[in-house]
Amino acid sequence: MDLGPHAAFIWISYAAVAVVVTGLIGWLLLDGRKQAAALEALEKRGIRRRSSASAE
Amino acid sequence: MQTLTQQLANPTRFMDLSARVLPWVAGIAAALIVYGLYLSFFDSPADYQQGETVRIMYIHVPCAWLSMMVYGLIAVSSFGLLVFRHPLADVSAKAAAPIGAAFTFLALLTGSLWGKPMWGTYWVWDARLTSVLILFFLYLGLIALRAAFEDESAGAKLTAVLALVGVTILPIIKFSVNWWNTLHQPSTDFTATVDPSMRWPLLVMALGFTLLFFAMHLKAMRNEVLRRRVKAMRTQAVAGRDRLATQPAE
Amino acid sequence: MNSFWALVRRDLRLAVREGGAIGTALGFFLIVVSLMPLGLGPDLNLLARIAAGILWIALLLAALLSLNRIFEADYEDGTLDVLATGHLPLELVATAKSLAHWLTTGIPLALLAPVLGILLNLDLASYPILVGTTFVGTPAVSFLGAIGAALTVKARRGGLLLALVVLPLYVPTLIFGISAVSAAAGPAGMGAAFLILAAISLAAVVLGPIAAAAALRIQLQ
Repeated sequence: MDLGPHAAFIWISYAAVAVVVTGLIGWLLLDGRKQAAALEALEKRGIRRRSSASAE
Repeated sequence: MQTLTQQLANPTRFMDLSARVLPWVAGIAAALIVYGLYLSFFDSPADYQQGETVRIMYIHVPCAWLSMMVYGLIAVSSFGLLVFRHPLADVSAKAAAPIGAAFTFLALLTGSLWGKPMWGTYWVWDARLTSVLILFFLYLGLIALRAAFEDESAGAKLTAVLALVGVTILPIIKFSVNWWNTLHQPSTDFTATVDPSMRWPLLVMALGFTLLFFAMHLKAMRNEVLRRRVKAMRTQAVAGRDRLATQPAE
Repeated sequence: MNSFWALVRRDLRLAVREGGAIGTALGFFLIVVSLMPLGLGPDLNLLARIAAGILWIALLLAALLSLNRIFEADYEDGTLDVLATGHLPLELVATAKSLAHWLTTGIPLALLAPVLGILLNLDLASYPILVGTTFVGTPAVSFLGAIGAALTVKARRGGLLLALVVLPLYVPTLIFGISAVSAAAGPAGMGAAFLILAAISLAAVVLGPIAAAAALRIQLQ
Protein backbone atom coordinates (compact mmCIF):
# COMPACT_ATOMS: atom_id res chain seq x y z
CA MET A 1 0.00 0.00 0.00
CA ASP A 2 1.37 3.38 -1.00
CA LEU A 3 0.72 6.05 1.54
CA GLY A 4 2.42 8.84 -0.34
CA PRO A 5 5.28 11.07 0.78
CA HIS A 6 4.05 11.34 4.36
CA ALA A 7 3.70 7.65 5.11
CA ALA A 8 6.04 7.91 8.10
CA PHE A 9 3.73 10.34 9.88
CA ILE A 10 0.76 8.06 9.35
CA TRP A 11 2.62 5.01 10.61
CA ILE A 12 4.01 6.81 13.63
CA SER A 13 0.53 8.07 14.53
CA TYR A 14 -1.01 4.64 14.36
CA ALA A 15 1.95 3.06 16.14
CA ALA A 16 1.78 5.61 18.95
CA VAL A 17 -1.91 4.96 19.47
CA ALA A 18 -1.27 1.21 19.38
CA VAL A 19 1.56 1.47 21.92
CA VAL A 20 -0.37 3.65 24.35
CA VAL A 21 -3.56 1.59 24.07
CA THR A 22 -1.72 -1.72 24.55
CA GLY A 23 0.16 -0.17 27.42
CA LEU A 24 -3.09 0.84 29.08
CA ILE A 25 -4.65 -2.57 28.53
CA GLY A 26 -1.55 -4.31 29.84
CA TRP A 27 -1.45 -2.10 32.91
CA LEU A 28 -5.15 -2.74 33.60
CA LEU A 29 -4.77 -6.50 33.26
CA LEU A 30 -1.64 -6.64 35.43
CA ASP A 31 -3.22 -4.42 38.05
CA GLY A 32 -6.33 -6.58 38.07
CA ARG A 33 -4.26 -9.70 38.52
CA LYS A 34 -2.29 -8.07 41.32
CA GLN A 35 -5.41 -7.07 43.22
CA ALA A 36 -7.02 -10.47 42.73
CA ALA A 37 -3.88 -12.19 44.00
CA ALA A 38 -3.72 -9.92 47.05
CA LEU A 39 -7.37 -10.65 47.77
CA GLU A 40 -6.82 -14.37 47.46
CA ALA A 41 -3.79 -14.28 49.75
CA LEU A 42 -5.80 -12.45 52.38
CA GLU A 43 -8.67 -14.89 52.10
CA LYS A 44 -6.26 -17.80 52.44
CA ARG A 45 -5.09 -16.35 55.73
CA GLY A 46 -8.68 -16.64 56.86
CA ILE A 47 -9.54 -12.97 56.71
CA ARG A 48 -13.06 -12.40 55.51
CA ARG A 49 -14.84 -9.29 54.42
CA ARG A 50 -17.35 -8.08 56.93
CA SER A 51 -20.20 -8.41 54.43
CA SER A 52 -19.40 -12.01 53.48
CA ALA A 53 -18.72 -12.98 57.08
CA SER A 54 -22.12 -11.83 58.24
CA ALA A 55 -23.83 -13.50 55.30
CA GLU A 56 -22.68 -16.94 56.37
CA MET B 1 -38.50 0.31 41.01
CA GLN B 2 -34.81 0.71 41.34
CA THR B 3 -32.92 2.41 38.56
CA LEU B 4 -29.72 0.90 37.25
CA THR B 5 -27.59 3.49 39.07
CA GLN B 6 -29.30 2.66 42.35
CA GLN B 7 -28.72 -1.05 41.85
CA LEU B 8 -25.08 -0.44 41.06
CA ALA B 9 -24.65 1.25 44.43
CA ASN B 10 -23.96 -2.23 45.72
CA PRO B 11 -20.34 -3.01 44.76
CA THR B 12 -20.93 -6.77 44.75
CA ARG B 13 -23.74 -6.35 42.28
CA PHE B 14 -21.54 -4.09 40.20
CA MET B 15 -18.79 -6.71 40.17
CA ASP B 16 -21.24 -9.41 39.02
CA LEU B 17 -22.80 -7.25 36.34
CA SER B 18 -19.53 -5.82 35.04
CA ALA B 19 -17.96 -9.28 34.85
CA ARG B 20 -20.77 -10.31 32.53
CA VAL B 21 -20.79 -7.12 30.44
CA LEU B 22 -17.05 -6.54 30.11
CA PRO B 23 -16.21 -9.34 27.61
CA TRP B 24 -19.00 -8.21 25.32
CA VAL B 25 -17.98 -4.55 25.37
CA ALA B 26 -14.34 -5.45 24.82
CA GLY B 27 -15.21 -7.89 22.03
CA ILE B 28 -17.44 -5.49 20.14
CA ALA B 29 -14.85 -2.72 20.58
CA ALA B 30 -12.11 -4.94 19.16
CA ALA B 31 -14.28 -6.00 16.22
CA LEU B 32 -15.28 -2.42 15.42
CA ILE B 33 -11.69 -1.18 15.61
CA VAL B 34 -10.44 -3.96 13.35
CA TYR B 35 -13.22 -3.21 10.87
CA GLY B 36 -12.55 0.52 11.22
CA LEU B 37 -8.83 0.02 10.58
CA TYR B 38 -9.65 -1.96 7.46
CA LEU B 39 -11.98 0.79 6.27
CA SER B 40 -9.58 3.59 7.03
CA PHE B 41 -6.67 2.01 5.19
CA PHE B 42 -8.26 0.07 2.34
CA ASP B 43 -11.77 1.29 1.84
CA SER B 44 -11.58 5.06 2.03
CA PRO B 45 -10.26 7.52 -0.52
CA ALA B 46 -7.28 9.80 -0.11
CA ASP B 47 -8.26 13.42 0.39
CA TYR B 48 -8.02 15.57 -2.75
CA GLN B 49 -6.13 18.19 -0.77
CA GLN B 50 -4.33 16.31 1.98
CA GLY B 51 -3.64 13.07 0.16
CA GLU B 52 -3.04 10.00 2.27
CA THR B 53 -2.31 12.01 5.39
CA VAL B 54 -6.03 12.27 5.99
CA ARG B 55 -5.86 8.70 7.31
CA ILE B 56 -4.48 10.09 10.57
CA MET B 57 -7.92 11.62 11.06
CA TYR B 58 -9.43 8.18 11.75
CA ILE B 59 -7.49 7.85 14.98
CA HIS B 60 -7.02 11.51 15.80
CA VAL B 61 -10.72 12.40 15.88
CA PRO B 62 -11.76 9.44 18.10
CA CYS B 63 -9.01 10.32 20.58
CA ALA B 64 -10.04 13.97 20.59
CA TRP B 65 -13.68 12.96 21.06
CA LEU B 66 -12.74 10.67 23.95
CA SER B 67 -10.65 13.39 25.60
CA MET B 68 -13.80 15.47 25.94
CA MET B 69 -16.29 12.69 26.62
CA VAL B 70 -14.15 11.25 29.42
CA TYR B 71 -13.89 14.64 31.08
CA GLY B 72 -17.68 14.87 30.87
CA LEU B 73 -17.94 11.44 32.47
CA ILE B 74 -15.58 12.50 35.27
CA ALA B 75 -17.67 15.62 35.83
CA VAL B 76 -20.90 13.58 36.02
CA SER B 77 -19.26 11.08 38.38
CA SER B 78 -17.96 13.91 40.55
CA PHE B 79 -21.44 15.35 40.72
CA GLY B 80 -22.73 11.91 41.68
CA LEU B 81 -20.16 11.71 44.47
CA LEU B 82 -20.69 15.17 45.93
CA VAL B 83 -24.48 15.37 45.61
CA PHE B 84 -25.78 11.79 45.78
CA ARG B 85 -22.78 10.20 47.53
CA HIS B 86 -23.03 7.28 45.16
CA PRO B 87 -20.43 4.71 46.29
CA LEU B 88 -19.30 3.91 42.77
CA ALA B 89 -19.11 7.53 41.58
CA ASP B 90 -15.63 8.08 42.93
CA VAL B 91 -14.45 4.69 41.68
CA SER B 92 -15.65 5.78 38.25
CA ALA B 93 -14.00 9.22 38.41
CA LYS B 94 -10.71 7.81 39.68
CA ALA B 95 -10.63 5.04 37.07
CA ALA B 96 -11.45 7.39 34.19
CA ALA B 97 -8.82 10.08 34.86
CA PRO B 98 -5.62 8.29 33.72
CA ILE B 99 -7.38 6.74 30.70
CA GLY B 100 -8.78 10.13 29.72
CA ALA B 101 -5.36 11.71 30.12
CA ALA B 102 -3.84 9.02 27.89
CA PHE B 103 -6.37 9.65 25.11
CA THR B 104 -5.90 13.40 25.44
CA PHE B 105 -2.18 12.87 25.05
CA LEU B 106 -2.82 10.73 21.96
CA ALA B 107 -5.09 13.41 20.51
CA LEU B 108 -2.28 15.95 20.93
CA LEU B 109 0.36 13.62 19.54
CA THR B 110 -1.59 12.53 16.47
CA GLY B 111 -2.73 16.11 15.93
CA SER B 112 0.83 17.28 15.93
CA LEU B 113 1.91 14.45 13.59
CA TRP B 114 -0.93 15.42 11.29
CA GLY B 115 0.09 19.04 11.51
CA LYS B 116 3.67 18.54 10.35
CA PRO B 117 2.81 17.52 6.76
CA MET B 118 -0.23 19.82 6.63
CA TRP B 119 0.98 22.99 8.28
CA GLY B 120 4.71 22.37 7.91
CA THR B 121 5.29 22.36 11.66
CA TYR B 122 4.61 19.94 14.48
CA TRP B 123 2.87 22.44 16.65
CA VAL B 124 0.74 25.41 15.77
CA TRP B 125 -1.12 27.37 18.36
CA ASP B 126 -4.34 26.44 16.69
CA ALA B 127 -7.39 27.09 18.83
CA ARG B 128 -8.30 23.43 19.05
CA LEU B 129 -4.82 22.10 19.80
CA THR B 130 -4.44 24.76 22.46
CA SER B 131 -7.72 23.94 24.19
CA VAL B 132 -6.90 20.24 24.16
CA LEU B 133 -3.51 21.06 25.68
CA ILE B 134 -5.22 22.94 28.50
CA LEU B 135 -7.63 20.03 28.92
CA PHE B 136 -4.57 17.80 29.30
CA PHE B 137 -3.30 20.08 32.09
CA LEU B 138 -6.69 19.80 33.80
CA TYR B 139 -6.40 16.00 33.69
CA LEU B 140 -2.91 16.18 35.19
CA GLY B 141 -4.27 18.46 37.90
CA LEU B 142 -6.98 15.94 38.77
CA ILE B 143 -4.50 13.07 38.99
CA ALA B 144 -1.93 15.06 40.98
CA LEU B 145 -4.50 16.45 43.41
CA ARG B 146 -5.82 12.99 44.18
CA ALA B 147 -2.30 11.66 44.70
CA ALA B 148 -1.50 14.42 47.19
CA PHE B 149 -3.85 13.23 49.91
CA GLU B 150 -3.30 10.34 52.25
CA ASP B 151 -6.95 10.40 53.27
CA GLU B 152 -8.54 8.78 50.22
CA SER B 153 -12.06 9.98 50.86
CA ALA B 154 -10.98 13.61 51.29
CA GLY B 155 -8.80 13.37 48.17
CA ALA B 156 -11.74 11.95 46.23
CA LYS B 157 -14.11 14.74 47.22
CA LEU B 158 -11.54 17.48 46.60
CA THR B 159 -10.76 16.05 43.18
CA ALA B 160 -14.50 16.05 42.48
CA VAL B 161 -14.68 19.74 43.40
CA LEU B 162 -11.82 20.49 41.02
CA ALA B 163 -13.46 18.45 38.25
CA LEU B 164 -16.67 20.43 38.61
CA VAL B 165 -14.79 23.75 38.68
CA GLY B 166 -12.97 22.61 35.55
CA VAL B 167 -16.14 21.72 33.73
CA THR B 168 -17.66 25.13 34.47
CA ILE B 169 -14.54 26.90 33.28
CA LEU B 170 -13.87 24.73 30.22
CA PRO B 171 -16.42 26.50 27.97
CA ILE B 172 -14.89 29.85 28.94
CA ILE B 173 -11.40 28.52 28.21
CA LYS B 174 -12.59 27.22 24.85
CA PHE B 175 -14.22 30.54 24.05
CA SER B 176 -11.19 32.57 25.12
CA VAL B 177 -8.79 30.40 23.14
CA ASN B 178 -10.94 30.83 20.02
CA TRP B 179 -10.96 34.58 20.57
CA TRP B 180 -7.22 34.69 21.14
CA ASN B 181 -6.58 32.55 18.06
CA THR B 182 -8.60 34.72 15.67
CA LEU B 183 -6.70 37.68 17.07
CA HIS B 184 -3.35 36.17 16.17
CA GLN B 185 -3.85 34.04 13.08
CA PRO B 186 -6.58 33.03 10.68
CA SER B 187 -8.43 29.97 11.80
CA THR B 188 -7.24 26.75 10.20
CA ASP B 189 -10.59 25.13 9.85
CA PHE B 190 -10.03 22.44 7.28
CA THR B 191 -11.99 19.57 8.76
CA ALA B 192 -15.24 21.48 8.82
CA THR B 193 -16.89 19.22 6.28
CA VAL B 194 -16.16 15.55 5.97
CA ASP B 195 -17.01 13.67 2.80
CA PRO B 196 -19.53 10.80 3.25
CA SER B 197 -16.94 8.30 2.01
CA MET B 198 -14.80 9.24 5.01
CA ARG B 199 -17.65 9.75 7.45
CA TRP B 200 -18.48 6.04 7.68
CA PRO B 201 -14.96 4.82 8.60
CA LEU B 202 -14.67 7.73 11.01
CA LEU B 203 -17.95 6.80 12.66
CA VAL B 204 -16.93 3.15 13.01
CA MET B 205 -13.59 4.12 14.54
CA ALA B 206 -15.20 6.63 16.90
CA LEU B 207 -17.70 4.04 18.08
CA GLY B 208 -14.97 1.42 18.43
CA PHE B 209 -12.78 3.75 20.49
CA THR B 210 -15.72 4.76 22.67
CA LEU B 211 -16.50 1.12 23.44
CA LEU B 212 -12.79 0.48 23.97
CA PHE B 213 -12.78 3.24 26.54
CA PHE B 214 -15.82 1.82 28.29
CA ALA B 215 -14.20 -1.61 28.41
CA MET B 216 -11.04 -0.10 29.93
CA HIS B 217 -13.09 1.98 32.30
CA LEU B 218 -15.05 -1.04 33.52
CA LYS B 219 -11.83 -2.98 34.03
CA ALA B 220 -10.22 -0.08 35.87
CA MET B 221 -13.32 0.27 38.06
CA ARG B 222 -13.23 -3.44 38.87
CA ASN B 223 -9.55 -3.14 39.81
CA GLU B 224 -10.33 -0.18 42.01
CA VAL B 225 -13.15 -2.01 43.80
CA LEU B 226 -10.80 -4.93 44.42
CA ARG B 227 -8.07 -2.57 45.66
CA ARG B 228 -10.48 -1.05 48.16
CA ARG B 229 -11.54 -4.51 49.33
CA VAL B 230 -7.91 -5.52 49.85
CA LYS B 231 -7.26 -2.33 51.76
CA ALA B 232 -10.32 -2.78 53.96
CA MET B 233 -9.36 -6.39 54.68
CA ARG B 234 -5.79 -5.43 55.55
CA THR B 235 -6.91 -2.84 58.09
CA GLN B 236 -9.34 -5.40 59.45
CA ALA B 237 -6.55 -7.96 59.73
CA VAL B 238 -4.32 -5.49 61.56
CA ALA B 239 -7.16 -4.61 63.92
CA GLY B 240 -7.76 -8.31 64.57
CA ARG B 241 -4.10 -8.93 65.35
CA ASP B 242 -4.06 -6.03 67.77
CA ARG B 243 -7.00 -7.54 69.58
CA LEU B 244 -5.23 -10.90 69.84
CA ALA B 245 -2.03 -9.25 71.03
CA THR B 246 -3.78 -7.49 73.88
CA GLN B 247 -5.69 -10.54 75.07
CA PRO B 248 -2.99 -12.24 77.19
CA ALA B 249 -2.53 -9.05 79.18
CA GLU B 250 -6.11 -9.13 80.28
CA MET C 1 -22.23 41.53 57.59
CA ASN C 2 -20.29 43.00 60.49
CA SER C 3 -18.34 39.83 61.06
CA PHE C 4 -17.58 39.70 57.33
CA TRP C 5 -15.92 43.10 57.38
CA ALA C 6 -14.26 42.29 60.69
CA LEU C 7 -12.67 39.28 59.01
CA VAL C 8 -11.53 41.38 56.04
CA ARG C 9 -10.05 43.99 58.41
CA ARG C 10 -8.31 41.29 60.42
CA ASP C 11 -6.71 39.82 57.30
CA LEU C 12 -5.65 43.25 56.08
CA ARG C 13 -4.11 44.06 59.43
CA LEU C 14 -2.27 40.73 59.49
CA ALA C 15 -0.95 41.29 55.98
CA VAL C 16 0.23 44.81 56.81
CA ARG C 17 1.88 43.81 60.09
CA GLU C 18 3.65 40.84 58.57
CA GLY C 19 4.48 42.90 55.52
CA GLY C 20 6.86 40.34 54.04
CA ALA C 21 4.28 38.60 51.92
CA ILE C 22 3.28 41.66 49.89
CA GLY C 23 6.93 42.54 49.48
CA THR C 24 7.76 39.07 48.19
CA ALA C 25 5.05 39.19 45.54
CA LEU C 26 6.06 42.68 44.41
CA GLY C 27 9.75 41.79 44.39
CA PHE C 28 9.10 38.65 42.38
CA PHE C 29 7.04 40.66 39.88
CA LEU C 30 9.86 43.19 39.53
CA ILE C 31 12.53 40.53 39.06
CA VAL C 32 10.59 38.49 36.47
CA VAL C 33 9.83 41.60 34.43
CA SER C 34 13.44 42.78 34.55
CA LEU C 35 14.76 39.36 33.56
CA MET C 36 12.60 39.30 30.42
CA PRO C 37 14.59 41.89 28.40
CA LEU C 38 17.80 40.12 29.46
CA GLY C 39 16.45 36.96 27.89
CA LEU C 40 14.79 38.51 24.87
CA GLY C 41 17.35 41.18 23.99
CA PRO C 42 17.14 44.94 24.46
CA ASP C 43 15.17 45.63 21.26
CA LEU C 44 12.68 48.29 22.41
CA ASN C 45 10.25 47.73 19.56
CA LEU C 46 9.99 44.03 20.35
CA LEU C 47 9.58 44.76 24.05
CA ALA C 48 6.85 47.32 23.41
CA ARG C 49 4.94 44.80 21.36
CA ILE C 50 5.01 42.04 23.98
CA ALA C 51 4.98 44.26 27.08
CA ALA C 52 1.34 43.54 27.96
CA GLY C 53 1.95 39.81 27.73
CA ILE C 54 5.06 39.91 29.89
CA LEU C 55 3.38 42.07 32.52
CA TRP C 56 0.32 39.82 32.74
CA ILE C 57 2.31 36.59 32.91
CA ALA C 58 4.67 37.98 35.54
CA LEU C 59 1.67 39.28 37.50
CA LEU C 60 0.04 35.86 37.47
CA LEU C 61 3.26 34.16 38.61
CA ALA C 62 3.76 36.70 41.38
CA ALA C 63 0.17 36.25 42.52
CA LEU C 64 0.57 32.48 42.41
CA LEU C 65 3.44 32.78 44.86
CA SER C 66 1.17 34.42 47.41
CA LEU C 67 -1.96 32.27 46.99
CA ASN C 68 -1.12 29.68 49.65
CA ARG C 69 -1.21 32.53 52.16
CA ILE C 70 -5.02 32.84 51.79
CA PHE C 71 -5.87 29.83 53.94
CA GLU C 72 -2.66 28.14 55.06
CA ALA C 73 -1.79 30.05 58.23
CA ASP C 74 -5.39 30.03 59.41
CA TYR C 75 -5.63 26.32 58.77
CA GLU C 76 -2.43 25.57 60.66
CA ASP C 77 -3.26 27.53 63.80
CA GLY C 78 -6.86 26.32 63.88
CA THR C 79 -8.49 29.68 63.13
CA LEU C 80 -10.22 28.12 60.15
CA ASP C 81 -11.90 25.51 62.37
CA VAL C 82 -13.23 28.28 64.55
CA LEU C 83 -14.44 30.23 61.53
CA ALA C 84 -16.11 27.10 60.12
CA THR C 85 -18.14 26.61 63.29
CA GLY C 86 -19.02 30.30 63.57
CA HIS C 87 -22.26 31.84 62.31
CA LEU C 88 -20.68 33.32 59.18
CA PRO C 89 -21.19 30.86 56.27
CA LEU C 90 -17.94 29.39 55.02
CA GLU C 91 -18.68 30.84 51.57
CA LEU C 92 -18.54 34.34 53.06
CA VAL C 93 -15.38 33.45 55.00
CA ALA C 94 -13.81 32.44 51.70
CA THR C 95 -15.09 35.64 50.07
CA ALA C 96 -13.62 37.77 52.87
CA LYS C 97 -10.26 36.05 52.64
CA SER C 98 -10.16 36.28 48.83
CA LEU C 99 -11.14 39.94 49.03
CA ALA C 100 -8.38 40.58 51.54
CA HIS C 101 -5.95 38.81 49.22
CA TRP C 102 -7.06 41.00 46.34
CA LEU C 103 -6.65 44.16 48.42
CA THR C 104 -3.22 43.20 49.72
CA THR C 105 -1.74 41.50 46.65
CA GLY C 106 -3.91 42.15 43.59
CA ILE C 107 -4.02 45.92 43.97
CA PRO C 108 -0.31 46.40 44.79
CA LEU C 109 0.58 44.26 41.76
CA ALA C 110 -1.86 46.22 39.59
CA LEU C 111 -0.29 49.47 40.82
CA LEU C 112 3.22 48.24 40.12
CA ALA C 113 2.36 46.99 36.60
CA PRO C 114 2.35 50.41 34.85
CA VAL C 115 5.61 51.34 36.58
CA LEU C 116 7.23 48.20 35.22
CA GLY C 117 5.68 49.07 31.83
CA ILE C 118 8.31 51.79 31.60
CA LEU C 119 11.05 49.14 31.69
CA LEU C 120 9.38 47.41 28.74
CA ASN C 121 8.85 50.55 26.67
CA LEU C 122 5.07 50.09 26.82
CA ASP C 123 3.22 52.39 24.45
CA LEU C 124 2.15 55.53 26.30
CA ALA C 125 -1.45 55.30 25.07
CA SER C 126 -1.73 51.82 26.55
CA TYR C 127 -1.13 52.93 30.15
CA PRO C 128 -4.72 53.74 31.11
CA ILE C 129 -5.90 50.49 29.56
CA LEU C 130 -3.18 48.47 31.27
CA VAL C 131 -4.14 49.96 34.63
CA GLY C 132 -7.81 49.31 33.85
CA THR C 133 -7.32 45.69 32.87
CA THR C 134 -5.06 44.85 35.79
CA PHE C 135 -7.56 46.36 38.24
CA VAL C 136 -10.50 44.60 36.62
CA GLY C 137 -8.65 41.32 36.06
CA THR C 138 -6.90 40.83 39.41
CA PRO C 139 -10.11 39.93 41.30
CA ALA C 140 -10.34 36.87 39.05
CA VAL C 141 -6.74 36.06 39.99
CA SER C 142 -7.50 36.20 43.73
CA PHE C 143 -10.90 34.51 43.69
CA LEU C 144 -9.96 31.69 41.28
CA GLY C 145 -6.70 31.32 43.15
CA ALA C 146 -8.64 30.85 46.37
CA ILE C 147 -10.12 27.66 44.89
CA GLY C 148 -6.65 26.23 44.36
CA ALA C 149 -5.49 27.43 47.77
CA ALA C 150 -8.49 25.80 49.45
CA LEU C 151 -8.08 22.54 47.54
CA THR C 152 -4.44 22.17 48.54
CA VAL C 153 -4.60 23.37 52.16
CA LYS C 154 -3.99 19.88 53.50
CA ALA C 155 -2.07 18.46 50.55
CA ARG C 156 1.47 17.16 50.54
CA ARG C 157 3.79 19.23 48.29
CA GLY C 158 1.08 21.86 48.08
CA GLY C 159 3.08 24.55 46.27
CA LEU C 160 3.71 22.89 42.93
CA LEU C 161 0.27 21.29 43.00
CA LEU C 162 -1.31 24.70 43.51
CA ALA C 163 0.35 25.96 40.32
CA LEU C 164 -0.81 22.94 38.32
CA VAL C 165 -4.36 23.28 39.58
CA VAL C 166 -4.70 27.04 39.24
CA LEU C 167 -2.83 27.96 36.06
CA PRO C 168 -5.33 26.33 33.62
CA LEU C 169 -8.09 28.28 35.37
CA TYR C 170 -6.18 31.51 34.68
CA VAL C 171 -6.14 31.04 30.90
CA PRO C 172 -9.26 33.14 30.14
CA THR C 173 -8.08 35.93 32.45
CA LEU C 174 -4.67 35.98 30.83
CA ILE C 175 -6.03 35.97 27.28
CA PHE C 176 -8.57 38.73 27.77
CA GLY C 177 -6.26 40.78 29.97
CA ILE C 178 -3.64 40.84 27.24
CA SER C 179 -5.99 41.18 24.29
CA ALA C 180 -7.73 44.16 25.91
CA VAL C 181 -4.39 45.95 26.03
CA SER C 182 -3.14 44.96 22.60
CA ALA C 183 -6.50 45.35 20.86
CA ALA C 184 -6.89 48.86 22.22
CA ALA C 185 -4.53 50.16 19.52
CA GLY C 186 -6.33 48.34 16.70
CA PRO C 187 -9.67 49.02 15.07
CA ALA C 188 -11.39 46.17 16.91
CA GLY C 189 -11.15 48.29 20.04
CA MET C 190 -10.67 47.13 23.59
CA GLY C 191 -14.34 47.31 24.52
CA ALA C 192 -15.36 43.71 24.03
CA ALA C 193 -12.24 42.11 25.53
CA PHE C 194 -12.36 44.49 28.49
CA LEU C 195 -16.01 43.74 29.18
CA ILE C 196 -15.43 39.99 28.93
CA LEU C 197 -12.53 40.33 31.37
CA ALA C 198 -14.89 42.12 33.76
CA ALA C 199 -17.46 39.34 33.30
CA ILE C 200 -14.81 36.70 34.09
CA SER C 201 -13.88 38.56 37.26
CA LEU C 202 -17.51 38.77 38.35
CA ALA C 203 -18.05 35.08 37.63
CA ALA C 204 -14.89 34.26 39.59
CA VAL C 205 -16.16 36.27 42.56
CA VAL C 206 -19.25 34.03 42.62
CA LEU C 207 -17.70 30.68 41.68
CA GLY C 208 -14.49 31.00 43.69
CA PRO C 209 -15.93 31.24 47.22
CA ILE C 210 -18.51 28.49 46.57
CA ALA C 211 -15.87 26.03 45.36
CA ALA C 212 -13.34 27.13 47.98
CA ALA C 213 -15.89 26.70 50.78
CA ALA C 214 -16.78 23.22 49.50
CA ALA C 215 -13.10 22.30 49.44
CA LEU C 216 -12.52 23.66 52.95
CA ARG C 217 -15.54 21.84 54.35
CA ILE C 218 -14.17 18.51 53.09
CA GLN C 219 -10.83 19.07 54.80
CA LEU C 220 -12.12 20.51 58.06
CA GLN C 221 -14.29 17.51 58.87
